[in-house]
Amino acid sequence: MKRKLLSAILCASMVAASLAGCGSTAAKEEATVENEATPAGDAADDTADDSASDGKLVVGFAQIGQESGWRDAETMSIQTYAEEHADTVELKFADAQQKQENQIKAIKSFIEQDVDVIGLAPVVETGWDQVFAEAQDAGIPIILLDRTADVDESLYATFIGSDFIEEGKLAAQNMAELIGGKGKIVELEGTVGASAATDRKTGFDEEIAANYPDIEIVASQTGDFTRAQGKEVMESFLKSNPDIVGVYAHNDDMALGAIEAIKEAGLKPGEDIKTVSVDGVKGIFEAMVAGEANCTVECNPLLGPLFFETAAKLKAGESVEKWVKSVDGVFTSDIAADVIDDRAY
Amino acid sequence: MKSKLSKLSQNQAFWPVMIFLAIILFNTIMTGGEFLKITIVDGHFYGRIIDIFRNGGKLMILAAGMTMVLATGGTDISVGSVMAISGAIACSVIKGNLLPGLNGSVAMAIILAVCAGILCGLWNGFLVSKIKIQPIVATMILLVAGRGIAQLITNGKIITITSDAYYFINGGYILGLPFPLYIVIFLVGLLLIFVTKTAFGLFLESIGCNPLASKFAGIKVDIYLLAIYTISGAFASVAGLIESAGIKGADCNNAGLNIELDAILAVAIGGTNLMGGRFSIFSSVIGALIVQSITTTVLALGVPAAYIRVLKAVLIIVICLSQSSKFKLSLGKMLAGKRKEAAAV
Repeated sequence: MKRKLLSAILCASMVAASLAGCGSTAAKEEATVENEATPAGDAADDTADDSASDGKLVVGFAQIGQESGWRDAETMSIQTYAEEHADTVELKFADAQQKQENQIKAIKSFIEQDVDVIGLAPVVETGWDQVFAEAQDAGIPIILLDRTADVDESLYATFIGSDFIEEGKLAAQNMAELIGGKGKIVELEGTVGASAATDRKTGFDEEIAANYPDIEIVASQTGDFTRAQGKEVMESFLKSNPDIVGVYAHNDDMALGAIEAIKEAGLKPGEDIKTVSVDGVKGIFEAMVAGEANCTVECNPLLGPLFFETAAKLKAGESVEKWVKSVDGVFTSDIAADVIDDRAY
Repeated sequence: MKSKLSKLSQNQAFWPVMIFLAIILFNTIMTGGEFLKITIVDGHFYGRIIDIFRNGGKLMILAAGMTMVLATGGTDISVGSVMAISGAIACSVIKGNLLPGLNGSVAMAIILAVCAGILCGLWNGFLVSKIKIQPIVATMILLVAGRGIAQLITNGKIITITSDAYYFINGGYILGLPFPLYIVIFLVGLLLIFVTKTAFGLFLESIGCNPLASKFAGIKVDIYLLAIYTISGAFASVAGLIESAGIKGADCNNAGLNIELDAILAVAIGGTNLMGGRFSIFSSVIGALIVQSITTTVLALGVPAAYIRVLKAVLIIVICLSQSSKFKLSLGKMLAGKRKEAAAV
């Protein structure tokens, strides 16, 4: 009886494992298949490709998952670049479904496949030392994309991304402008431990404390970067602090959730309570056009070109800066209608 | 009078109700009465208590379905993924990405989503009752694969929809009370009538105590197992509709994430033995309210983000200890001993 039970468990876990495996391999296959399909057009190209294929830049990228529209845009940017430059680069893409252990597994498999460069958007800041050291031992440089990791600088090659502290400061300045430099505001934090959350909070809080003494952050709590929790936390904020005039969210999706909560409280988002958030996804532009949101600090997700250029430099042995900064911008509701059609994500 | 009270305290729902009231009382004191405040905004009731009932709606539904599964000694850990699938299907249909021939019909979207939930439940029930796979393993398949299916439906993106009819599922009010509450009353009421007025409940308890003996007693164990997993799947899909209507979109990565554990916790707090046997759906629903009110408490107290989980853990430990008769007994002995010592001194 016991043995039967054990075999049943084993069988089922194998089925589960193979099903789980399906998702990621399917995605990988898609990427490689498309890579091969593109250059098949021209005979002259083909020969050129053949010689180049030996020297192809092979990049493994461990993405966090699909937590928001912003991350989808980043993934799209990287995959599109790989498809368009299929003759020179090969992308191995892994979706970690928001789990660190999956990202570590992906990195280990990239090391086994001996890729040229590993890209990683770390889901959390800590716990990377060992696997980074393994990559270093294998001689594979690691590029951190859009989020930093709490490891020794020598363990990774470079970090490509925005300055989150700067984003927080920009958000604070825009919030101050919107509410006229005084009043009570609340803050919706991102996932506890994520660098985007800690730095956006630091930048914002410091700027407010330093330059706007009449603005008071009366409450600050995590909404885990998701709409559902952004909404639930905002519902609670509105009850304990009915006199707030602004909400600052560490990403747009939480702001979109907060907007729903504000409406349910019988207030007008964008008027009674101003919103400032970070990212610049399409949803927030739609909300700005509808007059329900005020301002977003864009955190540029279209990092594909920059990522592959940096990877190529690393492979060629050129030196790159420890922090390759991407360009961010600020969008307010006044210009939202003009730019919404150009938004790629 | 005393015997009446002790009789009442014998009821399975007695302690859960007491705990729930204690949490409300605790919050009322901590927030200086603000917690109990209910005002009327835009013609509907508005306050933290209302929030608990609305946000707890999906958990109450899940807990009701989960109770019966646990009563048979099984478990269904796929409910969160089924929620994601249901939300994905409904939003895709309304947006016209899926089956555009339906012209974004909300009614059809809901029917299809519930059908998908029933299908998922049938699959779980089939694996458990016919293939005889351990319930936790059988439902683990959908736990892992279900979220993948949901991502496949939405193409891995967060789908945002605009449909007032669909929003009503979560944000609507009838007679000033939130619509999810009516869904709970309808579904749980239906289930309670079915379980108490027919022999169904008795058979479930019998299967939970001893499936083999039940089979020899002439109970069609397989059919009943199939039925309860199907009900659990259908309930999960309704919960998924409530969740996705709340954020006006389908967020496949986060919809119902880890909610299966909350549902099992709700049933456990409700006093139903997880090994099967006697169960009380009403107690589980109260358990769900307790779990939800813990979240609301944490938010209302304004605990810093980093401490939320610790506080939740402490509250859950206290509640579980208060449910343990052995702990209460030994605590009583300890107190009695102390009193004796004090008397001797």
